[in-house]
Amino acid sequence: MSILSLQNVVKQYHNHRAVDGVSFDIPKGSIFGLLGPNGAGKTSLIRIITTITGADSGKVYLDGNPINADSPKFIGYMPEERGLYKKMKVGEQLLYLAQLRGMNKNEAKSAILYWLEKFDNKDWWNKKIEELSKGMQQKIQFIATVMHKPKILILDEPFTGLDPLNTNLMKEEINQMNQQGTSIIFSTHRMEQVEEICKDIVLINQGKKILEGKVDEIKNQHKNNLFRIEFDGSFPKDLLNSDFQLVEDTPEYVLIKVSANHNSNELLRALIAKGIQIKSFTEVLPSLNEIFIKLVEK
Amino acid sequence: MSKLGLITKREYLTRVKKKSFLLATFLTPLAFGLIIFLSGYFASQMGESEQSIVIADANNIIKQYPIEDKNLTIDFSDELIDSLKKNYINNGYDMLIHLPKFDNIESNKFNVNYYSKEKLGIAKIEKLERSIGKSLKSFKLENSSIDKVEYDKLRTNVILENALLAEKDSDIEGDRSSKFSSGIATALSYGMGFMMYMVIFIFGGMVMRSVMEEKLNRIVEVIVSTVKPFQLMLGKLLGVGAVGLTQLIIWMILFSIISMIAGSYFGGDTSSITGMDAQQTAEMMKQLEDEEGFSVTSLLNEIKALNWLLILPTFIIFFLGGYFIYSSLFAAVGSAISEDMGEAQQFMLPISIPVIIAIIMVPAVMGNPNGPLAVFGSMFPLLSPILMPARLPFDPPLWQVLISTLILIASVIFFVWLAGRIYRVGIFMHGKKISFKELAKWIRYKY
Repeated sequence: MSILSLQNVVKQYHNHRAVDGVSFDIPKGSIFGLLGPNGAGKTSLIRIITTITGADSGKVYLDGNPINADSPKFIGYMPEERGLYKKMKVGEQLLYLAQLRGMNKNEAKSAILYWLEKFDNKDWWNKKIEELSKGMQQKIQFIATVMHKPKILILDEPFTGLDPLNTNLMKEEINQMNQQGTSIIFSTHRMEQVEEICKDIVLINQGKKILEGKVDEIKNQHKNNLFRIEFDGSFPKDLLNSDFQLVEDTPEYVLIKVSANHNSNELLRALIAKGIQIKSFTEVLPSLNEIFIKLVEK
Repeated sequence: MSKLGLITKREYLTRVKKKSFLLATFLTPLAFGLIIFLSGYFASQMGESEQSIVIADANNIIKQYPIEDKNLTIDFSDELIDSLKKNYINNGYDMLIHLPKFDNIESNKFNVNYYSKEKLGIAKIEKLERSIGKSLKSFKLENSSIDKVEYDKLRTNVILENALLAEKDSDIEGDRSSKFSSGIATALSYGMGFMMYMVIFIFGGMVMRSVMEEKLNRIVEVIVSTVKPFQLMLGKLLGVGAVGLTQLIIWMILFSIISMIAGSYFGGDTSSITGMDAQQTAEMMKQLEDEEGFSVTSLLNEIKALNWLLILPTFIIFFLGGYFIYSSLFAAVGSAISEDMGEAQQFMLPISIPVIIAIIMVPAVMGNPNGPLAVFGSMFPLLSPILMPARLPFDPPLWQVLISTLILIASVIFFVWLAGRIYRVGIFMHGKKISFKELAKWIRYKY
């Protein structure tokens, strides 16, 4: 069952097509990476999902239902560029945003108190936003995003501008929410962040989906049969031929590319036959960044 | 509460709860009072500076028929004009006036020269011309065959009065206001026109800054993920408009309390605010004739005699209409700006132009409050919020007020719609300088 399902979504802005027939499904309870370089159409897609704008054509289903005016209640959205009313007090502000999300005053109040307590900041209620440090403000922003217990959390570049301490705190909270059943969409152009957090991703470029699937499967599909070998002594150059190519040669290790009609065992056997003392032998999988660049350049 | 209600409430409360709101509400009338007092004070100080003059009068007339001006110390000198010219300043005079010998006493023109330490103002020159002319006239009269008593009979002071003031028969149709009340109507016109001008810029500016703040600090993205951009803009317009209305109502209450207190203090009748009958008015006119009666009491009575039942509700309607038209334009501008106030200037100019034109038109409209210019100005929706209130104290025909109101309401709907079209695109545009052409394109976008 998917929490969010996009079917052939198209969004045209005057002279460019920001979203061009994108379809994908986000499994319930997953941490899902929405990837793409700047200007790929991520924000346009998110704005469609969050009902800020409407798609020109195509369908979006949230938890099985077409998105509608009620959908924002179930969505927590933290835009890339964050902001709060600087002159408003923390409590008032959160209460206002919660009510806009459809909570009633009492629900909202207890949810806010719960979160403030969780961050050890119960006495912030009457503080103005401008009196808080940047890190504190980001915590308030996070509370504003999650206090209405959304089914799906959409975080657009959530770690930009966070110090390592707050990045960790945010990651922990995201994981905790996920464990409690909240699905999470994590939108970023920084692929390396995704590899450690997301299991599933979709990669878009110039409004089109170019890749979709589980991170490890994608990496396997795009692997180059590269192996990293650490050993004692010098590398027997006579081993190299069109099947086993030397890609990188360093004092510590070598990188060997095995041609498609051979496999790692054959390389290993050949190495052993040469009497080399092997210390480690690992397959090198491409990073999402490399896969992305490869796909885009194609 | 609906989302629109929540937004309106926030916009309203965050402003009304501020100390600056209280200060502005209670200090503005004080500031106005001070300005009126000061302008009156300065006006009364005008020409008060005392000057000493030496007059060289070759005909020796002014000495016999002296100039009456308490600010002038006048000496006469028989010295030769050539030496007098050189010495008058050293002798402690500010000015030398030289009346040469008459060529022809019957001439209607007489050139008098002056020498002055300082440049003379036009008012001063005219006053002296009149004073000297008066002296010469007395002299000429005495030396002519015309009898002074007969001459004085030639003068007639015409006083044009509104006959309906004293008319007991209420069936006779027509305007029943006095000359004095025209003065009050003029003051009220200016007051209301100027107030609208301030309202447009103060509250329009408030809306614009608020839109810019939300856009630049990106909270707008969070808000519009739960409400439509149009709702957010409308909520803001309503909330800030309610702030303006609150202020206006407080001022009205303050004003009526003050005039009530003043009324009872000066012994005036405060029972009716809406109007008074002809007899009362007539009594008041009698009071007016007596120079002493031209007082706070009569002023208050005249103010009460205005058609407040028409003026107040209509003013509130045009106050809101003008506010909505211009503030929605300011909201559109605020949404289109992506960096700083500097960018706002190019868009604010075209918004300001009709407001300034309207203010410039106010005197002409009041000069002929039912003339074609006034009628046009009070119908055209970008001008009417200032010009219709300016016409109100002059009892404009009701049908014109009604049509103007309908045009105003239709225009409010149009401008709020138009601003909404620009706003919904503008709030997401960053880092790009926007041209008017671009704004026009946004209106047509589907979103």
